Amino acid sequence: MIRTLTTGRTGPLILLAIAAILLFAVAPIALSPFRLSLLARFLCVAMVAVGIGLAWGRGGLLTLGQGLYFGLGAYVMAMHLKLADAGPGGVPDFMTLYGTGEVPWWWEPMRSPVVTLVLIVLVPATLAAALGWAIFTRRVRGAYFAILSQALAAAFAILLIGQQQTTGGTNGLNGFRAFFGYDLTDPVNQRMLFFIAAGVLLVMVVIARQLMVSRFGELLVAVRDAEDRVRFLGYDPAAVKTIVYVLAAVMAAVGGALFVPIVGIISPTDIGVVPSIGFLIGVAIGGRATLLGPVLGSIAVSWAETSVAEQFPSAWTYFQGALFLGVIAFLPGGLASIVRRRRAAPVTEPEPDPRPEGRTL
Amino acid sequence: MSDATGEEIDLASAEALLGTDTDRFRHDYLEIRGLRVAFGGFVAVRDVDLTVTQGDLHFLIGPNGAGKTTLIDAVTGLVSATGSARFGGTELLGRGTHRIAREGVGRTFQTASVFEELTVLQNLDIAAGARRGPMALLRRRRDTPEAVEQALEMTGLASHRHTAAGVLAHGQKQWLEIGMLLVQDAHLLLLDEPVAGMTHAEREETGELLRRIGSQRVVVVVEHDMEFLRSFADSVTVMHQGQVLAEGTVAEVQQDPAVVEVYLGDPAAEGKQ
Repeated sequence: MIRTLTTGRTGPLILLAIAAILLFAVAPIALSPFRLSLLARFLCVAMVAVGIGLAWGRGGLLTLGQGLYFGLGAYVMAMHLKLADAGPGGVPDFMTLYGTGEVPWWWEPMRSPVVTLVLIVLVPATLAAALGWAIFTRRVRGAYFAILSQALAAAFAILLIGQQQTTGGTNGLNGFRAFFGYDLTDPVNQRMLFFIAAGVLLVMVVIARQLMVSRFGELLVAVRDAEDRVRFLGYDPAAVKTIVYVLAAVMAAVGGALFVPIVGIISPTDIGVVPSIGFLIGVAIGGRATLLGPVLGSIAVSWAETSVAEQFPSAWTYFQGALFLGVIAFLPGGLASIVRRRRAAPVTEPEPDPRPEGRTL
Repeated sequence: MSDATGEEIDLASAEALLGTDTDRFRHDYLEIRGLRVAFGGFVAVRDVDLTVTQGDLHFLIGPNGAGKTTLIDAVTGLVSATGSARFGGTELLGRGTHRIAREGVGRTFQTASVFEELTVLQNLDIAAGARRGPMALLRRRRDTPEAVEQALEMTGLASHRHTAAGVLAHGQKQWLEIGMLLVQDAHLLLLDEPVAGMTHAEREETGELLRRIGSQRVVVVVEHDMEFLRSFADSVTVMHQGQVLAEGTVAEVQQDPAVVEVYLGDPAAEGKQ
């Protein structure tokens, strides 16, 4: 059922319609404003998951450091909100508290809303393209790539902490009052933010699906499974990997940018090593190589985290670890593989042929 | 198994597939001069000269460790080498692997390496697509390229087009790989043990196919199977310890005392027979 819905022609449209009804009609009625805002936050995290699903599930890139790109998008947005709150030519409050009281030059572009929106995509895309190309042409892969990407996220968090005068340090950026002119304390505007997040997430899922069924999607799987073979066919696997890495980075950044007005704070603890692994866990649990596995897994894990943390504040980490271990040990393909497995046709094993003798000349 | 389903190589389709030859590659040949590959202090291939022309099904043989696969690795850019290897007037050494592939050089590996999770059709479609633009890549595949269709017929895999390549029988994987080389538009085909693990009937069919391909493309086959060699080789190069030991027709190299020495005089080689 799920499989026919995700691979057929009209199936995806039906699923999309169901998801849209749930998000746009049911959720606003069924959930309190507080819960709705929580769900909006989960959707932002799910955007990161869509990108990880493409890069890791389809492309085999274990992106353990998506916090870097999530953070870039978030901080660009947060800087704009701080500047907008301060008014034209104004100085964000924390700068007068901890800093020189002057706005650094690299904050200035974020005064413009349009430039901000462009930079939210452009900054992570440029960085991911440069890093990706450098990493993949040197054929860094597997665990080495994972460690490198994680180190980048850690380095970025440390950099932010060290620059308290211009980035807010460990406090991060917070206390936003308005989002592009709309008052953030107004529940109506909070609901609108939820709708924006829901819409953006659905668009990302549609993009991911189009990529999966395209020739590029097939090529991506080929690169994941036999990179050298692809090279001998005349493709440059580094280019293929860089493209999907950039795409995942942009999705993470957009998720981060929307996270900021919805949650009201962004700080280094939201983007370092631990949250970066957290982004991955939902994808692994849901099923990384499937279309909906990463999204649903991510939302489910976020929801479970909140529920468990409400009941047993310190138990979540253990619960999360146990869940992760369980899935890795028993369901390497994630929960989506249960659906797949029940539908899989029996596969006949090819008979191994004995290697012939006859080496005499 | 191929016998169970009755699929076999279809030479008429090979004809159609090869018939689309471009002038660019007419009368091409592979010319290797003074090729040398060293790994640290160990010289795996030294001073190899080799010329292979179109219409000459050329076999490369030699005991294990003779440097046959290393030679192919050097020509396809997998290991770095000094000297010269030219195909179609283009120097191949020093280029990246994927650029060499775009010059019309294709290869297979000792173990069949197809994309196991993708279908037969997807495997061939990817092989045919290295020159596709971004727009073509981002769209779903709506129809099958003509060359891919011909390759499906040629390899007898038309009825398996939607089968995952990983579940194909061993011989069918090897054929799929040869089909991929042809749709890739490779004009120099370097085949590393293409009939290893095949049944007798499959070898015969593969041999006929290679002979057909060899009439229009430059083909080099690394092979251990001497019966296969005697049946299909037009010319042979014998390698030993990284060097060319002998060159000529099958009959000529069989008479060569140095070759007999290597193959029969070495007690280690004798043990394997």
